[in-house]
Amino acid sequence: MLPRIATLIIKELQALLRDRQGRMLLIMPVLLQLAVFPFASTLEVKNNTLAVLNEDAGAESFELIQRLSQARAFTRLLTLRSQAELRRAIDGQAALLVLRFPADFSRNVTAGRSVAIQAVLDGRRSNSAQIALGYARQILEGYLDDRRAAQARVSTSTILVRHWFNPNLDYVRHIIPCLVALITTISTMSVIALSVSREKEQGTFDQLLVSPLTPGMIMVGKAIPALLVAMAQATVIVLAGVFVYRIPFQGSLLLLYGCMIFYILALIGFGLFISSLCATQQQAFLGVFSFMMPAILLSGFPSPVENMPPWLLWLDWFNPLRHFIVIVKGIFIKDVGPAILWQSLWPLLVIALLTLTAANWMFRRRLE
Amino acid sequence: MNLRASLRRLKALCKKETLQILRDPSSNLIAFVLPVIMLLIFGYGISLDTPGLRIGLVLEDSSPEARLFAASLFGSPYLRVQTARTRAELADALLRGRVRGFVIVPPDFSQQLERPGDTAPLLIVTDGAEPNTANFVENYIRMAWEGWLEQRAAEHGASLEDGAGLSPEKRPAPAPTVTLEPRFWFNPSAESRNYLIPGSITVIMTVIGALLTSLVVAREWERGTMETLLASPVTRAELLLSKLLPYYALGIISLFICVGVAVFLVGVPFRGSALVLWLVGSLFLGSALGLGLLLSTVTRNQFYAAQAALNAAFLPAVILSGFIYEIRSMPPVIRAVTYLVPARYFVTAMQTLFQAGDLWAVLLKSMLFLAIASAFFIAMTALKTRKRIE
Repeated sequence: MLPRIATLIIKELQALLRDRQGRMLLIMPVLLQLAVFPFASTLEVKNNTLAVLNEDAGAESFELIQRLSQARAFTRLLTLRSQAELRRAIDGQAALLVLRFPADFSRNVTAGRSVAIQAVLDGRRSNSAQIALGYARQILEGYLDDRRAAQARVSTSTILVRHWFNPNLDYVRHIIPCLVALITTISTMSVIALSVSREKEQGTFDQLLVSPLTPGMIMVGKAIPALLVAMAQATVIVLAGVFVYRIPFQGSLLLLYGCMIFYILALIGFGLFISSLCATQQQAFLGVFSFMMPAILLSGFPSPVENMPPWLLWLDWFNPLRHFIVIVKGIFIKDVGPAILWQSLWPLLVIALLTLTAANWMFRRRLE
Repeated sequence: MNLRASLRRLKALCKKETLQILRDPSSNLIAFVLPVIMLLIFGYGISLDTPGLRIGLVLEDSSPEARLFAASLFGSPYLRVQTARTRAELADALLRGRVRGFVIVPPDFSQQLERPGDTAPLLIVTDGAEPNTANFVENYIRMAWEGWLEQRAAEHGASLEDGAGLSPEKRPAPAPTVTLEPRFWFNPSAESRNYLIPGSITVIMTVIGALLTSLVVAREWERGTMETLLASPVTRAELLLSKLLPYYALGIISLFICVGVAVFLVGVPFRGSALVLWLVGSLFLGSALGLGLLLSTVTRNQFYAAQAALNAAFLPAVILSGFIYEIRSMPPVIRAVTYLVPARYFVTAMQTLFQAGDLWAVLLKSMLFLAIASAFFIAMTALKTRKRIE
């Protein structure tokens, strides 16, 4: 039995790696995504323009503006003169944030009264605007703190912030673990679904079915090459993450690969199930696309899972990628142990069991 | 006479193409069902707004001052605070992802507060594995903390005014409070959905425009019907138009379906005009269809055409268009590449159309580029088609 499966596996790997176009298709997307994703998928706020409409001529507003213009988030300072210019700056997206100092700003600050600075933000980019506002707020706090300290009359309080696992809130540390999960998903799904549908289109699938191989053995023979390819690609990403992007690998590699096998098994279940429904490659491609897109979008990679409404969160429980991203991140950057990993691993086991059973049933049904 | 014959041929080809679209369940799926599902996923599944961020709090100091600070945290509409007894308890909750950050009020907090000139530190710990959320945890806690400071300053100011034992000239002015009053234009409640949905329509249009058409010409080559077509009196322009027009109609219909679902079902405001939407949408569809046809003509193989469309159209539309990620934070090389991605201009135009209305300053620039991109891709396809005929 084992030699038969081995023959099938060798044949599958040959089919995948035989021609140049096939090899390119396995390698190029990985390299391309590895080169673009970590730089492009960022929600950080950098290199923005801060615009100021200063109706005050005093020293206090001048100092505060000086401090603001030195912040990392704002590389350019735009000085506005009128309400009309303010409107144009926001409308035309020349500035993300406009601070408007009232005419009596310096007078009120020196007198110790309370003043408000109007902050006009571009709601078309409200997430970035809120983060930029946070930076402006921190600078303002620093300024007020220094004033209070100079007066040395009332004691104050400060805030010390520690971002665990990622002290500078680098987006790359979030992206690379997600990319490990993403690439595994894309390659497993396309290898498995397309290899089955190609055989169906060419009519060789029926030949496989009449051979001494049982449906179970065919499934294993199709699953193992996908598993090997996906794990090889994941290894490339992990290596690049550690050696190129310099993200320290905190946890245990053994745990990572162990969990990866179960994740890929869950995916193989989905892939085989989809391909058993499809007759042609085109249908299989569309089927895989219709599965992968929601799976990726709802995985916690583009936006945090907990922001979803409860009904969708419940539905998303069946999305294996969502659990696997938590696992990869946990091992890669948080070094969590098996006890905590288990809460994300058991859903994967359940999903794998369900989808593999369904796929096996579909395979057998075709035989009858 | 020649023109009339040409029009008749074009009509016949368009009819054939339309019948093929309507007959194939998978293209119906892509054109009508997938957009609605995707829009609902984008509408409800992708959100950068954090309703009730879960954070932890350890009060190692239980003085009235510390309790007052805790009260301001509990009063924050953005935070859901749970208290714990020890730091270790919260560190574990953070590892498990049950909280996204926590605040520690150290034991000597109120003592330090009472000593003039001293600063009493508070410690915020966030989960850096979720960088965007970590930013919001910090910001929301700072906001609550500011409120508490202001309240304290107001009380202290009142008590110091009458009782300070200093001579008037030595007495410094009271400490000012300066606050930031945010006004979000176009999107007063700062909901990320209001700009993510218009942007996501771009992704959906790319799928319909590029992915679907990438299969079309390749399919004719694979099935051998392309040779038959080329042998007929059909001209290059007629052939191209017959591939473009039916899919253009399909794309425009699903664009309006998407906008309809976004406005009436999800409740995103739309402030532009339908006419401008149609104009911008047509220009973008032109570029997406053109790219799809080009890939299809060049590869002549459905599988490779689809893979190429995925990498050349779909991924850039998601990552480099600025619909979710910040173009300004990307390194210069990648920022330069985004200028070549048609989706980038459509995202800007859609966000402006939905939230700000017909702002010509923004729209004209986008429309100009989209027109150039459409002309380029369609011309390239025409060029490649001729080469095959010879």
